[in-house]
Amino acid sequence: MDALLARLQGLYESFYNAIVPEQRYMAYVNGLKITLIISLFAVLLGVAIGVVVAVIKVCKDHTKSRLVHILAKICDLYITVIRGTPLMVQLLIIYNLIFTSRDTSPILVGTVCFGINSGAYVAEIVRAGINAVDVGQMEAGRSLGFTWLKTMWYIVLPQAIKNILPALGNEFIVLIKETSVASVIAVNDLTKNAQYIGSRTWDLIPPLIIAAVIYLIIVIGLSKLLKLFERRLAKGDRH
Amino acid sequence: MIVTKQLRKSFGNHEVLKGIDQHIEKGEKVVVIGPSGSGKSTFLRCLNLLEEPTGGEVWFEGVQITDPKNNINSMRQKMGMVFQQFNLFPHLSVMDNITLAPRKLKGVSAEEAREKAVELLRRIGLEEKAESYPNQLSGGQKQRIAIIRALAMDPDVMLFDEPTSALDPEMVGEVLELMKELAREGMTMVVVTHEMGFAKEVANRVLFMDEGIVKEENTPEEFFGAPNHPRLKEFLSKVL
Repeated sequence: MDALLARLQGLYESFYNAIVPEQRYMAYVNGLKITLIISLFAVLLGVAIGVVVAVIKVCKDHTKSRLVHILAKICDLYITVIRGTPLMVQLLIIYNLIFTSRDTSPILVGTVCFGINSGAYVAEIVRAGINAVDVGQMEAGRSLGFTWLKTMWYIVLPQAIKNILPALGNEFIVLIKETSVASVIAVNDLTKNAQYIGSRTWDLIPPLIIAAVIYLIIVIGLSKLLKLFERRLAKGDRH
Repeated sequence: MIVTKQLRKSFGNHEVLKGIDQHIEKGEKVVVIGPSGSGKSTFLRCLNLLEEPTGGEVWFEGVQITDPKNNINSMRQKMGMVFQQFNLFPHLSVMDNITLAPRKLKGVSAEEAREKAVELLRRIGLEEKAESYPNQLSGGQKQRIAIIRALAMDPDVMLFDEPTSALDPEMVGEVLELMKELAREGMTMVVVTHEMGFAKEVANRVLFMDEGIVKEENTPEEFFGAPNHPRLKEFLSKVL
């Protein structure tokens, strides 16, 4: 019995040490902030890239323009490379090779890298969304005199995006978890800060568990929000 | 106004249009009938190049629109089109459906486009639906709004691709009534339809298409009263 109590006491102390002294909880808060900032901007960048790539790929099937066909080839290459190589390797390459300047913010590098990575996955989601919009919509737009691109922008894309919002939300959740890899390029995100606290207290497990719990809470919360959102959207469709 | 010269269209190895020569004059109402698969919808869709012809020429108001040098998008602004499946934009309100093209393509101000839309909506008695969304409307209402959406661009010709085929029977009348009204006002119209009554009443000229060619064309009186071609006689005996 005493042994068990001592164990519990020890456990309490190690978690206490991982949180309270030297305002260590602020390290989690700051880390979480950076994690969320990177995820948010990366998802925005990813959606922007994804939409452009998807539109180019869809356009390819409807035009003889050489430029579009060349761009579509580049997009294919981009998607193949990004989806075919590990995220961590991409991150290290971009950090060490492309952003060589000393004062490049690792947060910026992280955001750009995750955005580029996410774009490849989002592109396929958007493309599926565009293809799911009835062809009559494109025809109606064209018959009024809109160009292909303007019809895409004003008529097809808004409907496609609405259909794929749940999938995009999912991508955001995946991204939040993946940003933990950013610690390898010295970004002080949630994971990195947890490791740092572990190195201060000589006890690595408690801060990592705390970080895991924080990730879990964020992801569960976001999933719940998404479900709510999806239900709202579905209601809008039925009227 | 619209001239086609040896218009041809193939899908793969299947030749749907086998050389159509037509002159459609300003103010004329041409009704195209024929069995399904005869190419009548394809013919209509070639007139504004929704289908790209594989041979021949299409001229509109003296411009060869099949020539890639000519800007098809600006030509299409003068050619309204109405589809079987309405194709209203479901993410936009009725008002935005009507005003989108005039605002974005002709640079009409928002207020001006609105005023015109309200006027058009009033004409079909649906002004209270301005802020509704398409999926809150009946089929007949959708199709009438699709028609005034096309009219909002002030087209010189209106193309109708089986406008009543997807409607419940009791809603066909309201759509045909609006089309007749347009006809009376002198709109140039090309209508692909199965509504023989409409053809008899409104058309200046009826075309019978079968197997990718126009097998017979005539005034509605002659066309329905004294058909010549055996295929047309057979067709009419089935549908009338």
